[in-house]
Amino acid sequence: MSERTGWKSWLTTVDHKRIGLLYFWTAFGFFLVGGLEALLIRTQLARPENHLISAQTYNQLFTMHGTTMVFLALMPLSVALFNYIVPLQIGARDVAFPRLNAFSYWVFLLGGLFMNLSWFVGPLFHAGTLSVAPNGGWFGYANLTERQYSPGPNIDFWLLGLQILGVASLAGGFNFIVTILNLRAPGMKMMRLPVFSWMTLVTSFLIITAFPVITVALAFLMFDRFFGTHFYLTSAGGDPVLWQHLFWIFGHPEVYILILPAMGVVSEVLPTFSRKPLFGYTVVVYSGVLIGFLGWGVWSHHMFSVGLGPIADSVFSATTMLIAVPTGVKIFNWIGTLWGGQIRFTTAMLFSLGFIAMFIIGGLSGVSHASPPADLQQTDTYYVVAHIHYVLFGGTVLGLFSGMYYWWPKMTGRKLSEPLGQVHFWLTLVGMNLAFFPMHLIGLLGMPRRIYTYPAELGVGNLNLVSTVGAFLIAVALLVFIFNLWRTRTRGEIAGNDPWGGATLEWSIPSPPPVHNFDAIPTVHGRMPLWSEPEKMKQHGPVGHMHVPPGSIWPFVAACGLPLLASSLLTHRLWLVFVGGAVLLVGIYRWAFEPFEV
Amino acid sequence: MSTGHHTSLGLDSRKIAFWAFIGSECLLFGSLISTYLVYKGKSLVGPYPHDVLNIPFTSFSTFDLLMSSLWMVLALAAVQRNDMKWAKVWLLGTALGGLIFLGGQVWEFSHFVREGLTLHTNLFGATFFVLTGTHGLHVAVGVLWLLTLLVRALQGKLTSANAMTVEITGLYWHFVDVIWIVIFTLVYLIQ
Repeated sequence: MSERTGWKSWLTTVDHKRIGLLYFWTAFGFFLVGGLEALLIRTQLARPENHLISAQTYNQLFTMHGTTMVFLALMPLSVALFNYIVPLQIGARDVAFPRLNAFSYWVFLLGGLFMNLSWFVGPLFHAGTLSVAPNGGWFGYANLTERQYSPGPNIDFWLLGLQILGVASLAGGFNFIVTILNLRAPGMKMMRLPVFSWMTLVTSFLIITAFPVITVALAFLMFDRFFGTHFYLTSAGGDPVLWQHLFWIFGHPEVYILILPAMGVVSEVLPTFSRKPLFGYTVVVYSGVLIGFLGWGVWSHHMFSVGLGPIADSVFSATTMLIAVPTGVKIFNWIGTLWGGQIRFTTAMLFSLGFIAMFIIGGLSGVSHASPPADLQQTDTYYVVAHIHYVLFGGTVLGLFSGMYYWWPKMTGRKLSEPLGQVHFWLTLVGMNLAFFPMHLIGLLGMPRRIYTYPAELGVGNLNLVSTVGAFLIAVALLVFIFNLWRTRTRGEIAGNDPWGGATLEWSIPSPPPVHNFDAIPTVHGRMPLWSEPEKMKQHGPVGHMHVPPGSIWPFVAACGLPLLASSLLTHRLWLVFVGGAVLLVGIYRWAFEPFEV
Repeated sequence: MSTGHHTSLGLDSRKIAFWAFIGSECLLFGSLISTYLVYKGKSLVGPYPHDVLNIPFTSFSTFDLLMSSLWMVLALAAVQRNDMKWAKVWLLGTALGGLIFLGGQVWEFSHFVREGLTLHTNLFGATFFVLTGTHGLHVAVGVLWLLTLLVRALQGKLTSANAMTVEITGLYWHFVDVIWIVIFTLVYLIQ
């Protein structure tokens, strides 16, 4: 494949930059879908005893909102930045395994579509409704998810969809570990690695270790639902708490999978717009690694209400408080970076500052969960919903927006409009606090989560209305952002190589970068090569013929095998197993034996 | 792929990826084995492990799988010195070792089913079949991989230039073998 235009070139691309863009637009699309689900939820909750949405539909909405945001929006939006930025930051021409990278993307896309098809295919399953979307909550507690309590295909879509998505995450995890460890430019020692790349590395390690656990948990559920085992059924001695353990052993590292990339973004943005190196680089890096390790030892704080006994509760309470320490260390380092800096309040900077402030609030409510007696009052109330949204929206989403404003010029060659960006930021900040802060109170006043309506006597009607207004404000802010993206295509200011005066290697090359990224791979001698030796980092045009890997259709073909295999279980059709298996095998074999060299 | 190019760690990228993969697989089998152990003795009805597990028979399977690991080592050594005749012999031997193991597992599984132990009989059946079945699936993938290499060798397309590919196949094969030793010890020997 030599031509680089037309839809076919996108189907076969193995260029990390194009795959990054594919990831971005797909994940952004799913982000809008998840947002729409949130708006429906908030509309339903705007006043007490509302019957706009049925309880059944409401269950599907909150399940798909959570699942979509975690697995189809926030993780892949981070991966979009990993893809586009990490090879540029470390001075590489691509990731270590370009075709595996394409495979990850296609599996992600197909897995996301597979799960969302459940909104429309009810009639195929004689369900009596259009939608058979998953309805067991995003952490799908057993034994509610078992066949006898959830007989429809809803949970099947959920568990099979997550299995497919897991493959995409794992493949991406291996790829980025090897890329960062092995494809660094000469002189870029590990302790000279930009913090965003460091956090990508830690996140990738968390992905490859956490996802196998949920794979097993989902496999047990699959066997229970399709083959009559009793892994989570008490009737045969099984234990639904096993699901909780396996899910949260995955689920808590997953929280850090979601937040560490945003912390990486903030650690890039703050130095650039303070004109100061990151305060305590080493400590920030080690804190990130430590968070990665400790993230494995806190899972049972999601399970205090199970009654695991005083020893387990005390241990997990202590580890949970402990993990707040490296997180707090990072926050002080970011503040230290700002101290005495020449601060420019660009939109990217505002989002990073917003991240710090909002993440502190989310972190504080998180610490309050660490105490079992307090947690017992908070479990399954809106207080927990407030907490998760302060960390995942106030943290991850603000961090990712910061990254988008920061790197958009690099990815497209044009800067997003700053005035529109400022409007976007302030509307988002006000909107999210209106939407999520009242939830703390709503929860403490006793409103449980995941109930489709509430009585007026509970006295939380006004607070809920405020929350709904906030949610719509966030939606308006998002429309401003979309308008900004659209406008920038033709009218955005041309960025040039380095619109912000950044210190890391991605700013030494044109925007958008050429296919081969670097004309000559630079040799670096410090953490901030563009600040310490800008002359040496200049690009002088391609030397001779740049060999660019050809595209390949086979990662896409192989990826198509997975939803086919999942469909065979969903529809109980054995022949589909053979079709799916054959497509997967042909894809992998053709891929493995393709003449291919970098 | 970056074979033959400069890399930061001086190692082949595929090899690092594969070690990461093995780390990931440890968590997969770790979860399966932990579940087996947690549910040990929790079955409400029989057959129980001591009713059906046949240690002498499985010891033979284990020995066979261990030997196939040795043949894998010999296959890699042969490829590295470009002795393709012996490489083919040992690759075939390794694949056959895997096939014999799988045959043993098929026999064992069908024997258990005749004894009344299925996936849905009790927790022992569920955890046992899913754990050993997942391992069996890994062996089957390994056999397919080895046979692919064998075909490549017969076509003359596998030479010492591809030694890294064979080395990675070996890593996988030895890993699957090590996992089996853990399973054999925890499931069969320590009942």
